[in-house]
Amino acid sequence: MKLSELCEKLSLTVIAGDTDASFDGVYAGDLLSRAMSHVEAENLWITIMSNINVIAVASLTEAAAVLLAEDVELVPEALEAARTKDITVLSSPMTVYELCVKIGELSL
Amino acid sequence: MKAVSAENWGMLMSEPINFHFDVDGENFSSAGEASVVVKKKLRQLGFPPDVIRRVSIAMYEGEINMVIHANGGDADVTVDDDFITIVLKDTGPGIPDVSLAMQEGYSTARESIRALGFGAGMGLPNMKKYTDSMEIDTTVGVGTTITMKIALNS
Repeated sequence: MKLSELCEKLSLTVIAGDTDASFDGVYAGDLLSRAMSHVEAENLWITIMSNINVIAVASLTEAAAVLLAEDVELVPEALEAARTKDITVLSSPMTVYELCVKIGELSL
Repeated sequence: MKAVSAENWGMLMSEPINFHFDVDGENFSSAGEASVVVKKKLRQLGFPPDVIRRVSIAMYEGEINMVIHANGGDADVTVDDDFITIVLKDTGPGIPDVSLAMQEGYSTARESIRALGFGAGMGLPNMKKYTDSMEIDTTVGVGTTITMKIALNS
């Protein structure tokens, strides 16, 4: 599914990057070592972590986008890094669980 | 850095290629930078995605460990015909019990570090899991050197 379609259906806010790419598969979790070994290329990564290291992990794993749950805000240096590294960051007021359920429903 | 295209890196790898990085201690803003650079270089050299992924994970975990526990250190990545070798050398506190540190979930990271999403206790286990060999040479009060190898053409 295209990120733009996901943004439209779940009313997501685009914090950084563009939504032209598609995502394939989802990983949800906050521990960076876990994410580092489980986020696959083109995955959507849902997390409540919002520091600059999230951007490094998203870049290294080649995630399609980071989706920040519960309206957490990227710290300024992370936002800057996301823009520099061309990482798409999305945001939603929903919890990680709610986002997983909604995305699961969309995939059916 | 030599410019080697994806098609012919194998033929031109007559001498090893070396990358060196000074990893800045306690600087979480730049933590992961060396890994990102290595990943970019390996991609330019035309390595397959799974090799790049394994090197990225092992290198990132090692880099983060040096930042969290050892006030930084030196990272060297060497590419030759047979292996990608990552050597991480620090003059930190050393690892008192290596087998304990190798257990998944065991971590001595401070609470402030955990709040950033680190300290899952997966660093060393991930480094071992994603490389073909890993040697830890550590002395308490002196430092730690970790050598990881990822085999090519296997």
